[in-house]
Amino acid sequence: MGHYLLRRLLQMIPVLIGLTIIIFGVTRLRGDPTYQFVQADASQEEIDAVRRAYGFDRPLLEQYLVFAAGVLRGDFGESFRFRQPAMPLVLERVPATLTLTLSALLVAWLIALPTGLISALRQNSAIDLTATGISVIGRAMPNYWMGIMFILLFSVQLGWLPVSGTGDWRNLVIPSLTLGLGLATTLTRLIRSSMLEVIRQEYITTARAKGLGEWALVFRHALRNCLISVVTVFGLQIGWLLGGAVIVEQVFAWPGMGRLMLQAVYTRDLAVIQAGVFVSALLIMVINLIVDVSYTLLDPRIRY
Amino acid sequence: MAQTTTTTTALKSPESLIRERPRVGRFALAMRRLRRSPVGLIGAVIVVAVVIAAIFAPALAPHNPTRLQLGRRFLPPVWMEGGSWAYWLGTDQLGRDIWSRILYGSQISVFVGVASSIFSGIIGVLIGLVAGFYGKLVDSFLSRVVDTFLAIPFIVLALAVAGVLGPGLLNLIIVLTVTGWVTYARVVRGEVLAVKERDYIMAARVIGQQNWKIALSHILPNVAASVIVLTTLNVATTIIAESSLSFLGLGVDSRTVTWGSMLADGREHIATSWWMATFPGLAITITVLGIIFVGDWLRDVLDPKMKE
Repeated sequence: MGHYLLRRLLQMIPVLIGLTIIIFGVTRLRGDPTYQFVQADASQEEIDAVRRAYGFDRPLLEQYLVFAAGVLRGDFGESFRFRQPAMPLVLERVPATLTLTLSALLVAWLIALPTGLISALRQNSAIDLTATGISVIGRAMPNYWMGIMFILLFSVQLGWLPVSGTGDWRNLVIPSLTLGLGLATTLTRLIRSSMLEVIRQEYITTARAKGLGEWALVFRHALRNCLISVVTVFGLQIGWLLGGAVIVEQVFAWPGMGRLMLQAVYTRDLAVIQAGVFVSALLIMVINLIVDVSYTLLDPRIRY
Repeated sequence: MAQTTTTTTALKSPESLIRERPRVGRFALAMRRLRRSPVGLIGAVIVVAVVIAAIFAPALAPHNPTRLQLGRRFLPPVWMEGGSWAYWLGTDQLGRDIWSRILYGSQISVFVGVASSIFSGIIGVLIGLVAGFYGKLVDSFLSRVVDTFLAIPFIVLALAVAGVLGPGLLNLIIVLTVTGWVTYARVVRGEVLAVKERDYIMAARVIGQQNWKIALSHILPNVAASVIVLTTLNVATTIIAESSLSFLGLGVDSRTVTWGSMLADGREHIATSWWMATFPGLAITITVLGIIFVGDWLRDVLDPKMKE
């Protein structure tokens, strides 16, 4: 296990280097970034002063190395808007984003697991066809629009839940439902197809032959094996979840990392954008690592 | 269904197969399958309708989509009290006709969706081809690049790029291309790896054909089917992505009508005018659904192996 972890951490290094190159490269897409730091009516002297102060007059490679060294220390420079270091600003918002994504994850599993299992065990039943139909439509629906429709239903029409903001758990319901349902459609399809494959295996036939009841069969023998392949694909969905959180946070005024980044984009606050991209990517890598390690819990045959 | 067809043809004698082949062309066969697939047919009808709406929006739209009519603000749809047939889906906070705006909005969705899918297709196919074909160092380098792009959530990267480039049609296409090529590269690389070891590629090498010629004339045609299917489905993803960015105010400039920016207005006035947020969202969902149906049908026709 220790060896495996070490190898995985070492494999992250090239990706992290690539990440710094992409983040650095994005800010240079328009050439000299000096103009993003000065007012439109700045004089040539002012522009030159800013260019020197940020080191934009140095060779590109040197600029990159300075940037990468900063990243190693967790230093992305100062936020243009808040006049304080960008990294702590981003980290401050991480718990809100994690709260949202984890509750969305919970919603997704609570919906997808029973639906997927029933769809597989009662193939072509009314439940199966309904679930498949809904998941096709869910694939085509923009996530944020679903959120707006939920506001319409639960807040405007029924008046059950607040429209946006934070405070108590009721503020979390619609955002996590919005984000979770998007994921649930994919997850249901995954669980259904994986379960269909597993219940055709011989050991299931054996278990059935010895007279085991259907639900005992599912929970004692089939579920674990079904989940192994689901979890693999699921790791890839984490990125989607974090990306979706950006928009959902904006729709519901949820004070997470995504909303901070978006505001940074509106005000051209480069340091915050860079720190935000870096932290999101890092989160995804760490979550994927946790997913991979969790295999050992699901399948005792897998040993690292 | 595709599987049954394969089994039955496999049982026939080779002679009968040869005799049968020239009778139906590929196109005719595809059309015949389209008639047999109701879902594909529905998708095709939707896609054709959306394309017609986009091209002929100026002729089809009953009103100027950007004309302000403050006297007609927040008109409800025709079936509600106060609605009228002249503005059958209602009007927005500035009195602009929702139906005309939906028709015009399809232009940006279709154009941006198709253009960035083609551009990211070209870049992704080239990179995947090079990675799979040359292998070794080139492959591991390019694969790390792909891994890195996959580590950043699409919308986060798009935000960063859009934040630096600013709004605008061309910038929007660049954003969606920068983030969209990765899927193509992964799929094409995998397929090239599988095709590369086949005998006829070896034969081409033996007779001394140049690498680029082998790649273009022998390997590329083999991955074409998957690329066509990927491009179709990518148009659907891109339309959603474009609408998301427009919703966030990072799409084309604010004067252009887009479904995403209509939804942003609708979100503002959700408490009083539900129709403003409902109809543009329906337009996106129906369009994307149509494209997905066509994409799935194309996959069944062109590439039965590539099921999810």
